[in-house]
Amino acid sequence: MTTEVGSETEVKEKAEESAAQPDQSEKAEEETEEIANAEGEEKEKEKEKEKDGKEGKGISRYLPTWLKKQKSLSQTSPTKEVPATEEAVNKVTQDEEGPTPEVNGHAEEVEEKEAEKSEQVTEKEAESHSNASADTEPAKEEKVEESPKKSPEEAKETTEGEGAEEQKKEQEGEAEGVEEGEGEGQASIFQSPLRLVRKTKMKLVVCQVSLLDGTDFTCEVEKRAKGQYLFFKVCEHLNLLEKDYFGLTYTDSHEQKCWLDPTKEIKRQIRSNNWQFAFNVKFYPPDPSLLTEDITRYLLCLQLREDVASGRLPCSFVTHALLGSYTLQAEFGDYEPDQPRPLDYVSQRTFAPNQNKEMEEKILELHKSHRGMTPAQADTQFLENAKKLSMYGVDLHHAKDSEGVDIMLGVCANGLLVYKDRLRINRFAWPKILKISYKRNNFYIKIRPGETEQFESTVGFKLQNHRSAKRLWKVCVENHSFFRLNAPEPPPKARFLTLGSKFRYSGRTQAQTRVASSLIDRPAPNFERTSSKRISRSLDGAPMISITEAGRDTAENGRELHSDSKDHDKTQDEVLKHQASISQLKRSFMEAPPPSPPQPNQWEKRLTSSPATTIRVQQQQVVSEPQTEAAAAADNAISDTKEPAKTTEVEIEETVVVQEVSKAPKPGLVTVTISSPPEEHTREQEVKVGEEVEVAVEAKAVKQESVSSESESEEEAEYHPNVSVSFSNTQIPEEKEEEEEVEQEKKEEEKTSEQDTSAPDAPALPVEVSQPVETTIREGEEDTGAEKKNAEEEQGGVTEESTDDPMLTPEEAPNGLTLPEESVTMTAEAEEEPKMNGEASLVEAEPRPQVICCSEPPVVKTEMVTISDTFAAQKTEIATKEVPIVHTETKTITYEAAQLDGNGDGEPGVLMTAQTITSESLCTTTTTHITKTLKGGLSETRIEKRIVITGDCDIDHDEALAQAIKEAKEQHPDMSVTRVVVHKETELAEEED
Amino acid sequence: MAGLMAGFGHYTHAVVRGVPASLAAEALRMTDAEVDLSKAQREHEAYVEVLRTKLGLEVVELPADESLPDCVFVEDAAVVCGDTALITRPGAESRRRETELMKGALKDLNLNLVEMTDENATLDGGDVLFTGREFFVGLSKRTNQRGAEILADAFKDYAVSTVPVLEGLHLKSFCSMGGPGLIVIGSSEPAQKTLKIMQQMSDHRYDKLTVPDDLAANCIYMNLPNKGHVLLHCTPEQYPESAKVFDKLKDHMLIPVCNKEKVKVDGALTCCSVLINKKANI
Repeated sequence: MTTEVGSETEVKEKAEESAAQPDQSEKAEEETEEIANAEGEEKEKEKEKEKDGKEGKGISRYLPTWLKKQKSLSQTSPTKEVPATEEAVNKVTQDEEGPTPEVNGHAEEVEEKEAEKSEQVTEKEAESHSNASADTEPAKEEKVEESPKKSPEEAKETTEGEGAEEQKKEQEGEAEGVEEGEGEGQASIFQSPLRLVRKTKMKLVVCQVSLLDGTDFTCEVEKRAKGQYLFFKVCEHLNLLEKDYFGLTYTDSHEQKCWLDPTKEIKRQIRSNNWQFAFNVKFYPPDPSLLTEDITRYLLCLQLREDVASGRLPCSFVTHALLGSYTLQAEFGDYEPDQPRPLDYVSQRTFAPNQNKEMEEKILELHKSHRGMTPAQADTQFLENAKKLSMYGVDLHHAKDSEGVDIMLGVCANGLLVYKDRLRINRFAWPKILKISYKRNNFYIKIRPGETEQFESTVGFKLQNHRSAKRLWKVCVENHSFFRLNAPEPPPKARFLTLGSKFRYSGRTQAQTRVASSLIDRPAPNFERTSSKRISRSLDGAPMISITEAGRDTAENGRELHSDSKDHDKTQDEVLKHQASISQLKRSFMEAPPPSPPQPNQWEKRLTSSPATTIRVQQQQVVSEPQTEAAAAADNAISDTKEPAKTTEVEIEETVVVQEVSKAPKPGLVTVTISSPPEEHTREQEVKVGEEVEVAVEAKAVKQESVSSESESEEEAEYHPNVSVSFSNTQIPEEKEEEEEVEQEKKEEEKTSEQDTSAPDAPALPVEVSQPVETTIREGEEDTGAEKKNAEEEQGGVTEESTDDPMLTPEEAPNGLTLPEESVTMTAEAEEEPKMNGEASLVEAEPRPQVICCSEPPVVKTEMVTISDTFAAQKTEIATKEVPIVHTETKTITYEAAQLDGNGDGEPGVLMTAQTITSESLCTTTTTHITKTLKGGLSETRIEKRIVITGDCDIDHDEALAQAIKEAKEQHPDMSVTRVVVHKETELAEEED
Repeated sequence: MAGLMAGFGHYTHAVVRGVPASLAAEALRMTDAEVDLSKAQREHEAYVEVLRTKLGLEVVELPADESLPDCVFVEDAAVVCGDTALITRPGAESRRRETELMKGALKDLNLNLVEMTDENATLDGGDVLFTGREFFVGLSKRTNQRGAEILADAFKDYAVSTVPVLEGLHLKSFCSMGGPGLIVIGSSEPAQKTLKIMQQMSDHRYDKLTVPDDLAANCIYMNLPNKGHVLLHCTPEQYPESAKVFDKLKDHMLIPVCNKEKVKVDGALTCCSVLINKKANI
C-alpha cells in the first residue's frame, strides 16, 4: 500500500482481510491498487463510483490495480505470490497464461475484457492447476493479471472517466466478464491460459453489501471466494453471532433477488461483475424472544421495518402505527414533549407504504405511551407484534395453479401456503409434504396421503420460468431444512457433472443455531441504533414483486420455449436413445464402483432433457448481445432476448455436445477419458478439448444428445423434506469430496431409483399413475436397492457478447452403489483445461460451435424413466390439476422413487433427487444427471453432464469444453470420463422472441 | 391498542336491532317454519337483556325497519375486529340496505370503517369466523370469493382463509368460537369436513368441542372483566344433548339463551349482535 492508499484504504483493508489467506496475492493486488492510485484520477473516479454505485466501487478499486499492474505487472507479479494452488490440482500451462496477461495489461478495453475472461478462466485453471507448475512466474503473472483483468473492466470504465459510462461499462464488463469468465474465458484462456492460471485467488474483488441500516459495507474478497466468506465478513463487521437467520442476496441478471449460496463461489452465482449484495434476514425466527442477543433482534427489527414500510409485510393501520411507535421509541427514546415540531421527525421516515398524517399522529400518540421503555424493550415489543402478522416470515412467489389461475406460493417456517389474491386457499405443512421438486418452470409437491386417502398426491404449480421454479424450490428446501430438521442434510455432490441441483441448505438449522446461541458467552455487544431513514429502498421493497414480475415475462417466454424443448426432448426416438444410453450407463455404473455422491439420494437428480438448459443458454446469449451493444440496456433486453435465445437454441443445433462417459464396469474407480473436443471453435485455442480426463468416474457419464434435446436438467430437482437426513457435514467447502461421501452413504441408504428423462421413462410412463410407479420404485429398490439419481444439466446459456460463456451442463450421475471407493467424482471443468484431458476422444469440435454441450454419462435414464412415470402419473391422477403440465416432458422428469420404505434408510422423505446444478455464472449451462444404481451391493454412479455453451462466434468452444471437462474432473476426481460428445449447433443466436 | 391479537373475547359494546313485524312472514328462511312474531320479539328482548344487564355491555339498539324483515340479524351487516369495521354487502339482495343504519352506528363508535362497494362482492357476517388469530370465511350462498378478498384487505394483520360451506346457510351455522383456541363444531359430516379444512389451513392449533346439533354449535364467547369466560349457548330445551356438552365447560360462565323462534328464520345466537371492543385507550 503505497502513497495513495488513502483513497483506497478501505479497499485495501478489505483486501488485506480477505488476503489473510492469500496474503501474497492480496498484497500484490494492493500494491497494484496503490499504483493505480498513483493514477489519481482514475482512483478518484473509482472512489466516486464506489460511493455512488455499488458496482462502480468494486470495479473502481480493481481498476487502479489493473492500471498499476499493467504498468508494473512484471514487478507486481513477482511480488505477489500466487496462492492459486489452493485447490487446483491441474497443471496449467504457464505459457498460455503468460501471454494473456500481457494483453490485459495493456488495458485495452476489448483486450481487457477478453483478458478478464481469460483471467477468470485462468483463475479456474489456476485453481485446478495452480499446484503444478503454475505457481512459477506465470502463475504470478496470472494472478496479477487476473486482478488487473478484473479490474481492467472496471478500470476501463473508470479510465474512461465517465461515471455513467463507466458504470455501464462495468456492468457490461461484469456481465460479459463473468459470463465470459467462464465461457469465453476459456477461449481466452486457451490463448493465455497460462497467464491467468493458478493464482486466481490472488485477484480481489470489491464487494459492496447493503446492510439493514441502510449503510453499505465494502470489502474485498478473492475473486474465487465462496459466499460464506463474504457473509462471514459481513457478520464480523456487524458483530453478529446469531447469523444463521441471515443471508446475503444478490440481484441476478433477471432482476431477481437470489440468495447467495455460501458453499459456492460468489463469482459463479452472480453471473455478472456486479458484486453488490444485500444483507437480509433469510429465516424469520417464529419467536424472536428466543434469540439470545439484542443485536440479533435489532437486525431483525431493521429487516421487518423495511418489510413493513415497503408493504411486503402487510399490516393494518393500527399495527403500522404501533410498530412505528416502537421504532421511534427504540431509535429516539422517550417522546420529547418539548420538541417543537414532533410530527416532522415522524414524517421524515417511512413507516408504511401508505403513510399519512393521521398515521403519523397515531404513531406519535402511541410513542408517548412507551415512556421509559429501553430500546431493547421497544425492539422486543416491536417483534412481539410483528411476529403475529400473518405474513411474517412468508416468502411469496408468483405462480399459477394447474388451471392457470394466478396465485402466490408462500414459503414459511411451517410449510407452504397458497394464496389467491390475499386469501389463503390452501396450506401444506412441512410434515404433509413428501417431496418437493421442480422441473422446468413447474414446481411440484408430493403430499402425504390423508387419513382416508390411499395414495400420495402431487400438486403442481407453474412458475414464470425455470429459474423461478428453481428459486422457489431452493427456498423450500432451505426453509424446510432450517425449521424442521435437527441437522442439515448433506448436499448432493459434485458441481460439474451433476446437473441436477445438488443444492441443499448448508447452514445450521434453527435447532442447531439455538443451541449455538445458548452458548454465546460474551457481554452484550454495544451497537448503535440508527434511524430508519432508508426504509424505503427500492431494492428491499420491491424484491419480491418486482422480481417476480420481471421473472414472469421471461417465464412466459421460457414456457413457450420449454414447451418446444419438451417436445424435442420427448421425441420418442430421443427418449429411446436416452434410455439406451442410460441403460448403458447403468450397466457401467453397476460394474463400476459407485460414485461417492450420496447427496443425490435426497435430491433426486433428474436427467432432464435439456430444455431448460437450452433455454438458459439462449437467454444468456441474448443477454450478452445486448450488453455488447449497450450495457445499460442489456438488462431489459436480456430477459427478452433470453427467451428468444432459448428458443433459438433449441432450433439451432450447432451445439457441441461433449459427452463424458465414465464407465465403471467394475466397482472401482473407472477412469473415464474425457475427450474434450472443443476444437477449433473459436479462435485461438484449439486446444480443444480433447482432453482426456482421467477422472475416474465411477459413474458413467452418459452423454445426452444435447442437440435436439434441451437439457432441462438444471431445472429439475427434487427434495424430500421428510427424510431424516443424517447430517451432512459441511458440504460447503469441498463439495466434491463431501458429495462423494454423501453419495456413497446415500447410495447405501437410499435405494430409491430416480429416473431421469431417459427414453424408457418417457415413452412409457410419463403420464401414468404415480401409484404404479411407486410400486415399481419400491421393487427396484428392493431388488437392486439402487438409487439412481440423475441430474442433468443441460445447456448453459451462452452469452454471445460475453462470448464465451458456455453454459456447461455437466450431468453427473453419482451412483453410490456397492463400491465405496468408487465414489468417483467427475469434475469436468470446461474452463481451460482442454489440454489436460487432451484426449479428445469423443469430442467433436467444430470451429464455430456456438453451443457446446458436454453431456456426461446419463446413467440414470432408464430408471429415471420409471420414476418420471410415477411422477407424472401421480400428478395426473391425484392432482388432477397440476400434473398435466408435467407429463409432456418425459425426459426431464427425474423422479425419485423415493423414499421407498425399504430402501431409504431413515430417509423417509429422502430424496432421490436429481439435482440439476446450473452453473449460472457464465454463459454456460451445465446439466448433470447422476444416476446411481444399487444392485446387489454394487453401486454404480453415472454422471452425465450436458454442457451447453451458447455464445457468439467469438466464443471459444474448445476452451469451454476444456473447462467443462476440467471441472468435471475436479469435481469427480474418482470418476473417469468415458465419453465426450460434442454437438455443435449453429443457431442464429439472435433468435429473439 | 394493547397489541396485535390481544384480548380475544373482550367486548364493551354490542349493536343490536329490533325485530320487525315483517320478520314472521317475509324473513328469508331455508325451511317453511312459521314464526310466532311475539315470541320472537320476547326472545330477542331477553337476548338483549342478557347483554346489557347480565354482562354489562353498552348496547346500541337500532330500530327495526319493516322493509327489512331480516334486519334483526345485524351480524351479517358488519364485521368488526379491533378498531376496524367492515360494512358488508349482504348476499341477499333484500338485505343490502340493512347496512345503512349499521354503518351509522359504527361510525358513531369511532371505528375505522371499510365499506364493501364492489358490486361483485358479497359477504354475510355470518360466514366470518374470527378465531382471535385469523379469519375463516365460508364461501356460501351468501358469500363469495370477492367478498372474502375485501375482508382480507380490511384486516391485513390476519390470515384470511376461505373454506367451503357445504351445508347450512352460513359458516357459523354450524360452528363458532367457544373460547380462545376452542372451536365449537357441529357433528354433522359437512361440519366436520369443514373443520378439517380449517385445521389444515391454519398455522395454529385449535381445540374442538363437538356438539350433536349443528345449530347448537353457534354460541357467543366473551371474556369480560370480573366475569372471565362467558358463553352464551343454546338452552337445554332446544338442544338437550348439546346443552350437556356445554355443561362440561367448567371454566365458563354458562348462560343458556333461548333462540327457538329466530332459528326458524335461520337466526342463530351470534346473528343478533355485533360485538365491539372499545378500549379506553386508543
